[in-house]
Amino acid sequence: MTEPESYSRESKKDHPPAFYRDYKSTTFRHPKNRAIKIDHTVTEVTGPLFSSVKLEPGEGDLSIENGKEAQGQRIFVSGRVLDEGGRPVPNTLIEIWQCNAAGRYLHPNDQHPAPLDPNFVGRGRMISNEKGEYKFTTIKPGAYPWGNHFNAWRPAHIHFSLFGPAFVTRLVTQMYFPEDPLFAFDPIFNSIPSESARKRMISEFDLDTTEPDFALSFKFDFVLRGRQATPFENGA
Amino acid sequence: MSKMGVTASQTVGPFLSIAMRSEGQEYLVPKNSKNAIKIHGIVYDGEGTPVPDAVIEIWQANINGKYDHPEDNSDNELIKGFSGFGRSCTNNEGQFFFVTQKPGRVNGRGNSLQAPHLAVNILARGMLKQQVTRIYFSDEVQSNAEDPVLNQIDDELERKTLIANFNPNGGLIDEYEFHIYLQGENETIFFDV
Ligand SMILES: [Fe+2]
Repeated sequence: MTEPESYSRESKKDHPPAFYRDYKSTTFRHPKNRAIKIDHTVTEVTGPLFSSVKLEPGEGDLSIENGKEAQGQRIFVSGRVLDEGGRPVPNTLIEIWQCNAAGRYLHPNDQHPAPLDPNFVGRGRMISNEKGEYKFTTIKPGAYPWGNHFNAWRPAHIHFSLFGPAFVTRLVTQMYFPEDPLFAFDPIFNSIPSESARKRMISEFDLDTTEPDFALSFKFDFVLRGRQATPFENGA
Repeated sequence: MSKMGVTASQTVGPFLSIAMRSEGQEYLVPKNSKNAIKIHGIVYDGEGTPVPDAVIEIWQANINGKYDHPEDNSDNELIKGFSGFGRSCTNNEGQFFFVTQKPGRVNGRGNSLQAPHLAVNILARGMLKQQVTRIYFSDEVQSNAEDPVLNQIDDELERKTLIANFNPNGGLIDEYEFHIYLQGENETIFFDV
């Protein structure tokens, strides 16, 4: 029996702690006991592959609902899903959700007094291609207030959920937009200890992939956990 | 060796259901099918309050002990149509459920055999990163005693937080109860994977 090939371990600098004082809701939702470290077995190195999921046409385009255009700044969000070794992660499910251009989610618990848009739901899905590439068309989300502290506002963001090839490559994150003035005040963004890891959550404006007279474009690559003992090829 | 930095985790936030709730995703098998079981429970926070904005995901082998994935190199047989993945968004009472089949035993490391179990991901508002746990089964006493992961936990009460309690439910579908305590006296054991 060959042993399963383990994935790399996560660094505490690259990910947020379970308890982050400035994000109040973590107070009663973080475990106090230490997590028990387990070796990777077949359970951890396998994971859902969604090979039977058939996307409907238009699931990657949030900017049109029932044939009608949503309000706001139309954008593309595209890039690649990679592993830590820089290899593409093909055929993996990517789910996104976001608020509309005014900063309002289509959700009964969103009480922000900003208008809903009848032509915007804010949900999309896509499967990365053979090269790990993906591309969504959407509307630039607005910033929105939340109840964490006085005058708290979230920087504009899109929620992303990815699976990758294994149970341990699961990633749920948020993608931000360049030069948002709210970064400095946002405890969710700032919960990541490493500055470079925080910066990696910010997409890049890319003029080359804009579409003239149609849409601006932001690029964002995801990097999922890779194998532990990746033999490094130095190109020789 | 130069590795690329991983993308950091961020909370799913309160509006996860926009993308994560969809019809039928709790059913890995139809409710009336042979060997179907139901696993259900409540997610609690550290104040004992049910968590209405969580999503629970499971990943499991089929009844033969085979994962639908190319890296499961066992000889156990795949079952067409059984993917092994399920997702349940908690309702206003913090409840989640799955209808599935109890997985068979899969290999552990070395020559060990693991007890039937489900790998579990828990995501919620107020959680910056997912927590990972496992669901084992109370009527698998012998295999649980042999399980290398359960055996990393000495404390009997802590082990119990990983074991779903069988409830034969008078001939209807077999039910297992599994509550998740994010914090507090009965805090669930979570794994660092
Ligand atoms: Fe959000």
